[in-house]
Amino acid sequence: MQKYTLNAALAALCLGLVLLAQFNVIDQYTQTVLMFMGINIIFASSLNIVNGYMGEFSCGHAGFMCVGAYASSVLSVVLFTSNKLVGDALLPPELAPMLFPVVLIVAGLVASVFGLLVALPSFRTRGDYLAIITIAANYIVISVIENLDIIGGPRGFHGMKRVINGMRDMVDIPWMFIWVILGTLFSVWILRRLVNSTYGKGISAVCQDEVAAEIMSVDTNHVKLVAFMVSSGLAGVAGALYAHVYGYVNPQAFNILKSTEGLVMVYLGGMASLSGSVMAAILFTLLLESLRFVIPGLDAALHAVNLLPAGYELSQVWKWVLIPLILILLMQFRPEGIMGNRELSGVFPKLRRFYTFK
Amino acid sequence: MPLLEMKGVTQRFGGLQAVSDFNISLEERKLIALIGPNGAGKTTVFNLISGFYQPTEGQIIFDGQPTAGLRPHQVTARGIARTFQNIRLWHEMSVLDNIRIAQHHRLGYTIWDAFLRTGRFTKSEGNIDAIAWEMLEAMDLKDAAHELPRNLPYGLQRRVEIARAMSIRPKLLLLDEPAAGLNSADVDGLIKLIRWIHDEFDIAIWMIEHQMKVVMSLCEWIKVIDFGSTIAEGTPEEIQSNPVVIKAYLGDDTI
Repeated sequence: MQKYTLNAALAALCLGLVLLAQFNVIDQYTQTVLMFMGINIIFASSLNIVNGYMGEFSCGHAGFMCVGAYASSVLSVVLFTSNKLVGDALLPPELAPMLFPVVLIVAGLVASVFGLLVALPSFRTRGDYLAIITIAANYIVISVIENLDIIGGPRGFHGMKRVINGMRDMVDIPWMFIWVILGTLFSVWILRRLVNSTYGKGISAVCQDEVAAEIMSVDTNHVKLVAFMVSSGLAGVAGALYAHVYGYVNPQAFNILKSTEGLVMVYLGGMASLSGSVMAAILFTLLLESLRFVIPGLDAALHAVNLLPAGYELSQVWKWVLIPLILILLMQFRPEGIMGNRELSGVFPKLRRFYTFK
Repeated sequence: MPLLEMKGVTQRFGGLQAVSDFNISLEERKLIALIGPNGAGKTTVFNLISGFYQPTEGQIIFDGQPTAGLRPHQVTARGIARTFQNIRLWHEMSVLDNIRIAQHHRLGYTIWDAFLRTGRFTKSEGNIDAIAWEMLEAMDLKDAAHELPRNLPYGLQRRVEIARAMSIRPKLLLLDEPAAGLNSADVDGLIKLIRWIHDEFDIAIWMIEHQMKVVMSLCEWIKVIDFGSTIAEGTPEEIQSNPVVIKAYLGDDTI
């Protein structure tokens, strides 16, 4: 029984959170923060496959999130609500709760196809050059969407709130909260299965010595293709959840700054450590949210001691000074991140007695 | 039918002729060496066989089939394994994982099997595990199974690299300077190991080696190249007394 302690604890935690949300014990704001935590976990752990396990440097991960966000948004709006694109809903809205996972999966698949934008060049290019290609991919995605007027162009795309409200009208449970929890568990679960298989360990072999990998019978091109497609596919799932939590998407929400957030989380958690990415995503979300309160407080304090001119207010934009600053400090003082490249069970071997995740 | 045949293989890099008109016919279970001064093109020959380069001219036939157009991992899957001049293990993962990953050619399952942990997945992983442990046992590396290679002494790293190559169960093993960087005690161990592998697994071994002690005590046939061209071949005794070889190694005594 001891072996199931952590599994049970995790199940209880998720169920408890859903119940707390259902009976409004935790307010809408806290729920939203928790949901972004989940989305960030998916975003960071999927990026870790490329940046951590495979040792490439992808700085365009948000581009794939964008693809997933738009693919899922267009799909759910067209399928379940009357809209400007095709008129009436294509399917009865009653199907929305059941088909939403399908929407998520399709978003993931579409995003993984866009992953080819980076995967194919990676056959011949490595390191810095590939990093530049990933930035280019990020911009390609954003620019294309900004110029597609049919889905709102630079103004963004909305209507997903109606889909979610439709679900709530049928059964009044916190739908998005549940989808995010399920999506997060699913993503970490399949990533864990991937990196623990001999198949997935080929990704680390490519990272540590590509020539040796190829000579030792690893089809390195295939491995790279799989790594990039899984990684960008899960980023697409994260994007799909993000779009439906917000109820609105805008291409500029997925620019290079968003990609940088992913990098900060991966390096904060530790390369090639799934548990590190999960912890870093939780910490980072909490940090970002706490800045909402810390910055006004800091503003007041600095004005009180006359360090700031009277007309100037410290705004939330300073968050974009603080996040890169964290990255600089991290690289200076703990470049290996919280976990190094080890998993939690590697740091505390006794933990192994308490779980049996397969 | 020879196991490996190279006919008129030539490799040019731009204006440089790294290997020219290389011919060999290697029978099964032979133990031979390729020697020559530094820069003679020995490693290039190995890179041609393992598919890193496609020959500019000529043909390589392994086990009755030409290897032209195959990528290195496909050549390996056909049964040619090799080691490297400077050890190329995956240093951030255990010795056991190093050997497991070299079984990629016999995975036999897809990514979906890995996600869903199907019967095919479990069976294949069990099989891979068995092969890996068997090889560790045979190569006397069991105690090092969970160590990272970089924490092992150099001689042991060599042994791990050879074990990794052998775990592919090749028909031909290419060893690129296996004795490089080893002390004399390790070299004696290596000679024993190579002889043992040759007898135990019944395979052909082709090595590039500078240490004459290793070459002379192991190989039945030696091929000498210089500036990409074959300058001599024969038994160790013939090679030792061949004036052309001595000249290539020591230079001309007339100034």
